Amino acid sequence: MEFVAQHPILVVSIVKIVVLLFVLMTALAYLTWFERKVVARIQSRLGPLYVGAHGLLQPLADGLKFLFKEDLTPPASDKFVYILAPFLALSLALTTLALIPFGPATLTILGQSTNLGITNSSIGLLFVFAITSVGVYGVALAGWSSNSKYPLLGGLRASAQMVSYEVSLTLSVVGVVLLAGTLNLNDLIYAQSGRWFHYIPRWNVIPQIVGFICYFISAIAETNRVPFDLPEAETELVAGFHTEYSSFKFAMFFMAEYANMITVSCLATILFLGGWLSPLSSAWRWPLYLPGALLLIGGVALVYDTVILQRGIARIQLAVISSIALALGAICLIPSVMPIVQGPFWFLLKVVFLLFFYVWTRGTLPRFRYDQLMDFGWKFLLPVALANLVVTSFVVLVLNR
Amino acid sequence: MNAVPTSYFLILSAILFGLGVIAFVFKRNIITILMAIELMLNAVNLAFVAFDRANGGVHNGWVFVFFVIVVAAAEAAVGLAVAITVIRNRQSLNVEDMNLLKF
Amino acid sequence: MTLPLIMFFACAAIAAIGALLVIFLREPIHSALALILVMVSLAVLYLLLGAEFIAAVQIIVYAGAIMVLFIIVIMLLNAGEEERTNLSKMARYAGLPLGIFLTLDLVYWLSHAAHAAPAATGAVGTVGADPTRDLAFLLFRSYLFPFEITSIVILIALLGALVLAKRDS
Repeated sequence: MEFVAQHPILVVSIVKIVVLLFVLMTALAYLTWFERKVVARIQSRLGPLYVGAHGLLQPLADGLKFLFKEDLTPPASDKFVYILAPFLALSLALTTLALIPFGPATLTILGQSTNLGITNSSIGLLFVFAITSVGVYGVALAGWSSNSKYPLLGGLRASAQMVSYEVSLTLSVVGVVLLAGTLNLNDLIYAQSGRWFHYIPRWNVIPQIVGFICYFISAIAETNRVPFDLPEAETELVAGFHTEYSSFKFAMFFMAEYANMITVSCLATILFLGGWLSPLSSAWRWPLYLPGALLLIGGVALVYDTVILQRGIARIQLAVISSIALALGAICLIPSVMPIVQGPFWFLLKVVFLLFFYVWTRGTLPRFRYDQLMDFGWKFLLPVALANLVVTSFVVLVLNR
Repeated sequence: MNAVPTSYFLILSAILFGLGVIAFVFKRNIITILMAIELMLNAVNLAFVAFDRANGGVHNGWVFVFFVIVVAAAEAAVGLAVAITVIRNRQSLNVEDMNLLKF
Repeated sequence: MTLPLIMFFACAAIAAIGALLVIFLREPIHSALALILVMVSLAVLYLLLGAEFIAAVQIIVYAGAIMVLFIIVIMLLNAGEEERTNLSKMARYAGLPLGIFLTLDLVYWLSHAAHAAPAATGAVGTVGADPTRDLAFLLFRSYLFPFEITSIVILIALLGALVLAKRDS
């Protein structure tokens, strides 16, 4: 216990990291469920239905499947690099979340006052891009170490694609940095507070709409998602760089891809959509009740679902989930918890909105061919990002005179 | 406030530079030789940053490191392009096979 | 044994071992991975020295772009294991001792250089509270001309690499 007293910052950081990891892994699993449901609806079908009520236990079933599958290793592969690649991909994808602020409030845990984020670096934005740029290795090394044609080609193409779109990703963000004058993620959010004409929030998506579109498209390409997923599509390259991976290592690549999606969406909300800022006027008191009210309404709807619609074991599962929802709603209505929940609530809402966009493009758009993909990145997105930078700096110069 | 003395960083920089020289002289794969050059440049960067902290005040050392990194990037790109061309011509990665100009 | 000192020794050990692995590993891919390890540990050392921006640039440019280029080239050329031949007599009896002597010599002279460095073991040398801002002011005011010249250097390197690596078709 004196360890806790002597190193309060370390212990509090470890507690925050454990909580964040737990929340993140659950969010990852249910992001896959969300994607399958939404893509199914876009394709006029129903998605997972049977494994648990509304298919909510599908991620659990998938996880168990991945654990129990046979773990093959290609005989001529480079063992060390083969095992290293998925670990590298997953750990880098998860590391970025240490830099993201989830809310403004300060909590007091174990006598130490901390913020709602694990770190608060003065150049947090640069470090996020640094970790994203090292994430290319997971893909390249996976392709190489499998010692087979399709993974090698997939790995080379994927790494070339990721490196190309990294350039336009970072350039499209420089406009935001110019407007705010800082690289600190928390200060970037504070620079977006306030309103125009008393109603329109001062989020960067309005002055930097070109930057936002450029960033989002580059982000989809960076995370190897449809329509930019040629290196890992089944009809093109068997499964690209993760062809020779099975069971748990494939699960790690899978989780790394979704973790990258979540990271990039979190970054987009911080930079362009105002982070944890509320779009409603802060003079009103009722938004404070919003998270609790929504959770309670959701809980009541789930109770209705449990009692009226479901039968058998699905009923028990939904009963558990609805009671959890009602309990969380009640917790969010405690007066001391209300202001703390407000920030993460809006943050979560915006991230879910962007993830919905991601899944929507997956269900709707066809795939780019590889040369079209590289042309688009270098010949269209990069000049657009540069033009955005020039125009933004010109406007900033003129307005500051 | 300087918990770690500057000389510790400089010793590490010297060791890395020496190992880079040994790798440059003794390895036979041309790509590994280019990597040894990058190792030497990194050692020099470490020395620059260590001296910059010892200097206090204006961060001229960091500016130098910035330029070294940029020029190293350019040099790696061109060096690898030259290496690819030579490898295509000589069909080998071994530096001892690139001996047309040897007398 | 303060925390910065422990971190320094850990990162220095990792960097030195990585450099040794670059020499002793036989496959070029493994040497490249060892070099990436060296670069990342050097980035942590830059953070210890208070150079946050330089640490970020080191990871973005060196570990995230230059080494990716090396690995892509190694993958494209299918560079295999290096042949295991013995060192020649000249290398073994003259080269290796001279190499080790160079290293020890540098260690000796550099460890004494720190005492001759000017002033200030006092504050961690920041003109203002924001070192990145100071670096930006230096780069774009005092060192503007070299900055623009490096952009031309990059352009030349780009064109050179493009021309050299094209296939003659």
